[in-house]
Amino acid sequence: MTTSRSVDVLVVGAGPAGLAAAARLAAAGAGRVEVLEREQQAGGVPRHCAHGGFGTWTRPLTGPRYARLLTEAAERAGAVLRTGTTVLDWAGTGPDPAGGPACPGPAGPGARPVLTAVGPGGPETIEARAVVLATGARERPRTARLVPGTRPDGVYTTGELQQAVHLFGQDIGARAVVVGAEDVSYAAAATVRAAGAEVVALVTEHPRAQTGRARARSVRLCHGVPLLTDSTVAELLGRGRLSGVRVRHRDGRTAVLSCDTVVFTGDFVPDHELARRGGLTLDPGTRGPAVDGALHTSRPGVFAAGNVLHAVERAGTAAGEGAGAAGAVLDFLAGTRWPAPGLPLAVEAPLRWIAPNRITPAVPPARYVLRTSTPLTRPVLRIHQNGRLLHSERPSLGTVLPNRPLTLTARWTGGVDPEGGGVRVSLA
Amino acid sequence: MTVTVTAAGPLPPRTYDVVIVGAGVVGCALARELARHPRLSVALVEAQDDVGQGISKANTAILHTGFDAAPGTLEARLVREGYDRLGAYAAESGIPVERVGALLVAWDEEQLAALPRLTGKAERNGYHETRLLNPGELYAREPHLGPGALGALHVPGESIICPWTTTLAYATQAVRAGVHLHLNTQVTQVSWETDGHRLLTSRGPLLARRLVNAAGLHADIVDRLLGHEDFTVTPRRGQLLVYDKLARPLVRHILLPVPTALGKGVLVAPTVYGNVLLGPTAEDLDDKRATGSTADGLAGLRDKGRRILPALLDEEVTAVYAGLRAATGQEDYRIAAHPEHGYVTVGGIRSTGLTASMAIAAHVTGLLAGTGLDLGPGREPEPVTMPNLGEAFPRPYQRPELMAADPEYGTLVCHCERVSRGEIRDALATTIPPRTLEGLRRRTRARAGRCQGFYCGAAVRELFERGRA
Repeated sequence: MTTSRSVDVLVVGAGPAGLAAAARLAAAGAGRVEVLEREQQAGGVPRHCAHGGFGTWTRPLTGPRYARLLTEAAERAGAVLRTGTTVLDWAGTGPDPAGGPACPGPAGPGARPVLTAVGPGGPETIEARAVVLATGARERPRTARLVPGTRPDGVYTTGELQQAVHLFGQDIGARAVVVGAEDVSYAAAATVRAAGAEVVALVTEHPRAQTGRARARSVRLCHGVPLLTDSTVAELLGRGRLSGVRVRHRDGRTAVLSCDTVVFTGDFVPDHELARRGGLTLDPGTRGPAVDGALHTSRPGVFAAGNVLHAVERAGTAAGEGAGAAGAVLDFLAGTRWPAPGLPLAVEAPLRWIAPNRITPAVPPARYVLRTSTPLTRPVLRIHQNGRLLHSERPSLGTVLPNRPLTLTARWTGGVDPEGGGVRVSLA
Repeated sequence: MTVTVTAAGPLPPRTYDVVIVGAGVVGCALARELARHPRLSVALVEAQDDVGQGISKANTAILHTGFDAAPGTLEARLVREGYDRLGAYAAESGIPVERVGALLVAWDEEQLAALPRLTGKAERNGYHETRLLNPGELYAREPHLGPGALGALHVPGESIICPWTTTLAYATQAVRAGVHLHLNTQVTQVSWETDGHRLLTSRGPLLARRLVNAAGLHADIVDRLLGHEDFTVTPRRGQLLVYDKLARPLVRHILLPVPTALGKGVLVAPTVYGNVLLGPTAEDLDDKRATGSTADGLAGLRDKGRRILPALLDEEVTAVYAGLRAATGQEDYRIAAHPEHGYVTVGGIRSTGLTASMAIAAHVTGLLAGTGLDLGPGREPEPVTMPNLGEAFPRPYQRPELMAADPEYGTLVCHCERVSRGEIRDALATTIPPRTLEGLRRRTRARAGRCQGFYCGAAVRELFERGRA
């Protein structure tokens, strides 16, 4: 009943990272490259981001168009895309996903990863010489954010809202409050307006919007949408359908905004279920699999790329990582040894996380991506190992906001003592 | 047998032998029990748009042995009987039950000293399988338990169950056997005439020779409509957190607090769906609709949970809910027959009501017979097989023979909960179909997972709206 197959490379997830990895691998002659996607269409989250900002400066694209181009490129290169197929687990006795040491797989080191999947054709077991995990990220829903109150209808995340409006044309209510004021929040507000509904307000706990000033100003002035800063949604109200949200300002004042829809935006978390089920070491900062510069995870033969590593970077960054991972996969298929776990790379507050977050003698990454939890003006990042300063860098001359990309060059990575202790990134 | 499930329009102009007010787990169990007597005409009326929408949907979902009931009470007897009955019924109807057992964990000397007393109480309740565990045995059983536990009482029979499927199974069997289910029917007035009750409802009048009040939180209101002021239901709110399925390996048993003078504490328990529950709070309120969660309630639960199972707090929260207990200020059920009025009140059914439901139904049927109701001949109802929502048993995506026969069972829509298009289609075509996405969730688990609809919400809604059209 269960079909068993072998492929050269199995990519899990047909979003930007997975598709870019598959395209490059297939084009480079990696053999049978298969991408499994649980949704009915390939393309990942950009499928329902019906707005611009994708592609390149010279060739700007909308999300759906970008998703289509990546899909076509992977197929053209010869990768096999199988949609409507869900990867369930790793075959063999899985480790305790609640913790425990990373395991090299049930058959010991050198064993090939084997995954179980299911689709309309029934169960499958797929053995691969290499696996690329590209399972992406999701927004924390209201429940995970512990927002109290009743449990009415009309509570969305951006992901659900965009699909409801752009893929299914569903009614999403008349008056929406958007929780968050970062890029994705403004995209959600645009989706609300595209559905013919009114945006009551954007609410952010931060002192200002975390998007370009021009964009924030245009939404406030051209569309008359107020931005409530230093404020949180403290309670949802209403029975049956949402009737309002209670917002609380940092100074303790509260007010009720009348609305029938609320959209929780941002606050992304890696969709790391498969990584955990496979016993991959997770990075405590990102909560995604820990990877080195060449995107090796802790489990031999298993790579990871895209927003499962860092929730959340732009689609282009994810696609770039997918292509980068492909290079390391090709080396591995050609016989390059799997690196030892390497040294942990960690950040100190107010920095939240960094990726990649392991340092091995393998290739350093193109660059590191980080996030801060507080606004940083003209920050200087310092990298230490055992108290020794390896590098310091001013990544931006302006202000770096939470939820906005912050990057760090990787040229210092060669100076790390492989026998030394962990490497730390802090603010000067 | 024609199936009668209505949600709108006037009610049938007929006199039912028995009308049951309230389609929670107790009302549905009673409807099923009465449906075994084909001569009776029975109506089950429910104010909301689905069965099991009140206390029955938001609880700790435990199948209780009754080891800690107050000995000698009606509740103790009915829980003990109900435990065996529902256990057997679940096995034959596909209701998921996992016999995980419970540990009453003692965190201080006072609690440790209370454990032998609880053993004695269990013995008096006819439960003889409790065992005291020393810290070594306890931590061997629960390696992720927080530090500092001094010992525990093991109650191997305590189990976890799916409350939604239980209520729905009863109602499905009842309706298939001829019970009329009238939803969206709120009883507003009752007048007793010589030949029976004349009920006024939000959907018009309804006539009944016998009336059973199984209105849960509102049982005191219905009682007063008939002139009885035997008790008052005070809603006692319990808020609960449902943690991500990835937390499930952290806990093997139901971890119960040791009841002390300070009242009952919070528990940590696995669910049959593969999550971990933390809760409940206990807040006496006066609003019977206050099923919201509060910041203080959730913070308090997290503080307690951190002590019991520290690693749990690192996991994502999948759901938050609050249920109301029907507290009546008495340590027992308030089941009373008023033969002169052809009326039985089934009030004060607390958290044990799910376990006791079938025994309560049998007991109340006896009381109805005592009011002069001729039950007529009996028969066994047609067995029912419910879709499995439990992780301990194969779900459709894990059944190759099912997918081979119908690929829709291999087409997953809700990824976090692994719900297939086939299951959603089937749920929409059942005897008592869901009328809302919430109803669909309780029948399939669709949209109940960690993403809460980020991935699947719109697609599930599309299937629901198209399937109902």
